[in-house]
Amino acid sequence: MEGGVHLNLLEYRGKEIFARYGLRVPKGKVVTSPEELEGAPFPAVLKVQIGTGGRGKAGGVKFANSLEEAKPLIPQLMALTIKGYKVRKVLVAEKLEIAQEVYVGIVLDRLNRCPVILATAMGGMEVEDVPPDKMFKAPIDPLVGLRPYHLREMSAFLAFPKDIAVQIEGIVETLWKIYRELDCTLIEVNPTAITPKGEVYCADAKVVIDNDALFRHAEFTHEPEDIPPLEAKAKEEGIAFVQLDGDIGVIANGAGLTMATLDMLSRFGGRPAIFLDLGGTDDPEKVKACFRLMDEAKPSKIFLNIFGGITKCDTVAQGVTKVIEEENIKIPLVARIKGRNEDAAREILAKAGIEAETSFEKAAEKVVALKGV
Amino acid sequence: MVSVMSRTTKVLVQGITGAQGQFHTRAMLDYGTKVVAGVTPGKGGEHVHGVPVFNSVASAVKKTRANASCVFVPARFAMDAVLETLESPQVKLICLITEHIPVHDAMRMVSIARAKGVRIVGPNCPGVAVPGVGKIGIMPETIFRQGSVGVVSRSGTLTYEIVNALSEAKIGQSTIVGIGGDPVSGTNFLDMLEFFQKDRRTESVVLVGEIGGNAEEAAAAFIKRRVKKPVVAYIAGRVAPPGKTMGHAGAIISGKSGTAASKIQALEAVGVKVADRPGAVPELLP
Repeated sequence: MEGGVHLNLLEYRGKEIFARYGLRVPKGKVVTSPEELEGAPFPAVLKVQIGTGGRGKAGGVKFANSLEEAKPLIPQLMALTIKGYKVRKVLVAEKLEIAQEVYVGIVLDRLNRCPVILATAMGGMEVEDVPPDKMFKAPIDPLVGLRPYHLREMSAFLAFPKDIAVQIEGIVETLWKIYRELDCTLIEVNPTAITPKGEVYCADAKVVIDNDALFRHAEFTHEPEDIPPLEAKAKEEGIAFVQLDGDIGVIANGAGLTMATLDMLSRFGGRPAIFLDLGGTDDPEKVKACFRLMDEAKPSKIFLNIFGGITKCDTVAQGVTKVIEEENIKIPLVARIKGRNEDAAREILAKAGIEAETSFEKAAEKVVALKGV
Repeated sequence: MVSVMSRTTKVLVQGITGAQGQFHTRAMLDYGTKVVAGVTPGKGGEHVHGVPVFNSVASAVKKTRANASCVFVPARFAMDAVLETLESPQVKLICLITEHIPVHDAMRMVSIARAKGVRIVGPNCPGVAVPGVGKIGIMPETIFRQGSVGVVSRSGTLTYEIVNALSEAKIGQSTIVGIGGDPVSGTNFLDMLEFFQKDRRTESVVLVGEIGGNAEEAAAAFIKRRVKKPVVAYIAGRVAPPGKTMGHAGAIISGKSGTAASKIQALEAVGVKVADRPGAVPELLP
């Protein structure tokens, strides 16, 4: 499902929000060592708290009937690294008796530019694998919001007994409130668990908050994420930066052009090491920050591909020549400059001994053939 | 359907006194665009490159009869700026250049605009251009050439790259629209494909897509049903790794969905020629 470039809350933080909004979540305690197990509910399910799915298959979910049983499991779970994410916390949650698992969620429909309520009685499984005729879908007009008729339609589709249906409707109503108030791009409760007594619990929580809306939600911060340290640093500096496994560092302006540059290098048999989108900037300091980051990443050569628009070529050229001198950057560079103020840029680069190309393809071929350091 | 912009388009620049607003107002004027007013609250009475600045959109529209807006206002104030413009029924086109606008704000603005019959292009977009007539936004005017190819793109600079390649091959453009790289866009591929199919000055279409979402797959389905004019596409992100946001908020492969391969396959299946590099686009046009 669509998540975007966003703050993906760990399950226990999502459940804290759910509890704050009055949703029923299983009792639980977050621990990092066996000593902290005192006060945790048993029998319990022990779940590693990491920013990726597929925990169960990777051995990140265990069961314990008692505190004594749980003790040796905690260090085992804490030692795991799943899909590159090191486990830093374990949620010890009350083990529910579950009669049936349901899925409810609110996702973004990019094409129709609106949120969509999703619900299916086939909970617990991957949502992508639920057959379309088993999935309830209600697009919500952002100006109208969730209305009682949406909930009635959902209940008619799911066909649970009245006392269960009312609880699921209540959950979706509250999820909608959270979705709106916290600027979520995604909320999923999978599973929403129905106990044999007919109580409905939010047994998991996936809450994703829009990074671009964090300015109005100061309470949320990124957890120490398990991304490479340089990517974390880039994130702090607001630079779009992704590490890849090749040897050519790519700096281009604009996401599309930067992606196209990776594609072009691959086409000529080159292997990109870094995706660095300079973005739209008019600040030589930003250009310098990007080059410093690139220098730290130590690719064997750098390809600078600029098509000026909001970003002026001469601004980039000034930043580049200054930072190369100041930081004594030795990594060989191929520059391709085109667009706004390209002649001025070419002059600045030429003075620093850099001959800028105009053709994207020629420049790409040149950097692939270049001997790196 | 009316053209995206014409010689009667009178542009209002919101955030005209900022560095970007000033710079691009100059460039728009130099290209012949009728920039008639600017709005920056508190700076009413000033002038930017001879363009009068107003405190409110209502006063600017009343005085100058502006019918389009170009928004350079920072993200956290952008929704307010757009909603203010949507109060003036004369303004039928809003180019929202600003990036990092919250998705919920984008959904609200776009919903209101659609209800009022106003076209929003963006957010996070380079704007629109009709070569020989004018441009609204930040595209470098040096690359344009008048002609009959309609260009629609999710990317800014990649649009320049491809438009430049077209112009160098002496293939001109009828209208160029950068729809933006955010998950929610006021104008999408389908809107522009429908426009280009009807637009008499457009004979063929270039569609520039990228990884993430399913806009290109939806475009393919739409092309099959509704578009008779030839379409050539370029899709960026063939070698992008899954699970990583590639610069644009919307450019991410999530699980199996949003890959370049899926988009290329969907487009080729309906007869769209897909270029393997930006420079190959001109060769594939009829």
